Amino acid sequence: MTARQLDENPAGIHLPLDPLPGHTSRGRLERVLRRGEFAVTTELNPPDSADPEDVYNRAKIFDGWVDAINAVDASGANCHMSSVGICALLTRMGYAPIMQIACRDKNRIAIQGDVLGGAAMGVANMLCLTGDGVQAGDQPGAKPVFDLDSMSLLETCRIMRDNGKFLSGRKLTTPPQIFLGCAVNPFAPPYDFRPIHLGKKIAAGAQFAQTQYCFDVPMFKTFMQKARDLGHTEKLFLLCGVGPLASAKTAKWIRSNVPGIHIPDAVIKRLEGAQDQKKEGKQLCIDIINEVKEIPGVAGVHVMAYRQEEYVAEIVDESGVLKGRQPWKREIRRDDQMVADRLDHILHDEITETQVDMVKTAH
Amino acid sequence: MSDKQPTVTQATLVKKAAPKSDYKPADVSPQRRVQRTFAVRLWSIRHSRLLEWFYSRFADVFLLLHPLWKGIGYGRVEAPVKFVEKRVKGFMFDCRMCGQCVLSSTGMSCPMNCPKQLRNGPCGGVRANGNCEVEPDMPCVWVKAWEGSRNMVHGDKILTVQKPVDQSLRETSAWLRVTAQSAAARETTQNPGASS
Repeated sequence: MTARQLDENPAGIHLPLDPLPGHTSRGRLERVLRRGEFAVTTELNPPDSADPEDVYNRAKIFDGWVDAINAVDASGANCHMSSVGICALLTRMGYAPIMQIACRDKNRIAIQGDVLGGAAMGVANMLCLTGDGVQAGDQPGAKPVFDLDSMSLLETCRIMRDNGKFLSGRKLTTPPQIFLGCAVNPFAPPYDFRPIHLGKKIAAGAQFAQTQYCFDVPMFKTFMQKARDLGHTEKLFLLCGVGPLASAKTAKWIRSNVPGIHIPDAVIKRLEGAQDQKKEGKQLCIDIINEVKEIPGVAGVHVMAYRQEEYVAEIVDESGVLKGRQPWKREIRRDDQMVADRLDHILHDEITETQVDMVKTAH
Repeated sequence: MSDKQPTVTQATLVKKAAPKSDYKPADVSPQRRVQRTFAVRLWSIRHSRLLEWFYSRFADVFLLLHPLWKGIGYGRVEAPVKFVEKRVKGFMFDCRMCGQCVLSSTGMSCPMNCPKQLRNGPCGGVRANGNCEVEPDMPCVWVKAWEGSRNMVHGDKILTVQKPVDQSLRETSAWLRVTAQSAAARETTQNPGASS
């Protein structure tokens, strides 16, 4: 028998892992982080289609390179396949999705239902977000809900998990076993409040955090210094958000059109000076990863390569953050492989067997 | 995390495809149209320490009047008090009458003026100049709240995690609710066991 992969349930890849002491979820990401390994997560570009293959193909390129995949919840307020739907597909195939929940589209009744549904499907990680405003997306006339905010959403999830109760106090038969995450943006004002705000999120229940795109490492270092001083990094795993910029033009566009992403002039100058801007963007991302991985308290990176997903593997490989470790990879099981080897030809052979022929060959 | 696209946003495409007409509303969002100026609101935040002192005296007076409110009946007194509260707080803070006032925990900056109605801190979309992501002309409610709270004696109340808004309390008087609650709390501490 081949050696079983680390963090996989022997009874089936889609099943939750054995509970471990000190772990609140039965997922892969929490195990990786609690073992002290440098984690890598990424984001799946949600398809505008009803075909499950679209999700599987987009997840496949991350195989063996990331520890968890974010299933985004209508990011930028644009309509896409829902995060619950993507998670349902991914968990079937054994992937470890991080289900994003945005407060923009759902009230507390729908959200608590989704948390239970997601956990039942085997989603072990949930990322609690406020969500972009509806004005940013393709349906600016939609009604913004914002019934909860990211903080009260975190608290709601924590109460469901630890107290086994809905927000109303009604009891759950089986509480969800989940690893709770939040987003943090150290690159937007009020800068001195941001580390304190993160502490508030920890108090509400956050166990891991993913940051906004980091292009300004000195600024991130100051933030981390304050976070360490406040003792946050001992209570929470912080993953730094990074990503490749396609060109200087894109960078300028993002800077002026996407609020909350801070790109310093030096970055744009560096891209403009390069022969191949796309390649330079990738190199810049690798350089930033190499810088941030040395900062104490950074537990991993979150690689967001929107529409450049094929670069994620290269970025992770070339930056060497995994240090030779290979995250879980979907592999064909030995018995399945045997069946495939023996019977695969029937899919390709163009022989039409009649029953008469079959009787003849049988004797 | 935010979606980024190299060319034009979906929102721009949608806006371009919308039917053309001569009448275009003046401001970017319906909320901004309702609230045209922030001068008074910003004044209140600058003077948060004074307002904090004033409010604690005011709350004491209201609590002293508890027997009166109880005598008349909280139900009967609600309409006039709400009338005054709505106008006063509306003028001072652009109050939205959520009925569960947290102004003293948010640096005298009303969180219900945030387009996302965040009650626990800023979102990640605050612009570099400290303005709102949704309404580019409006200073972020939470940037101001942080500034205001730094001037206050009990400014660190901004660190407490607020519960989600109870929508069923909208358009009710927060003043009366707080008074009735602290009166009840006072009674239970004075003669414990009597109320239960």
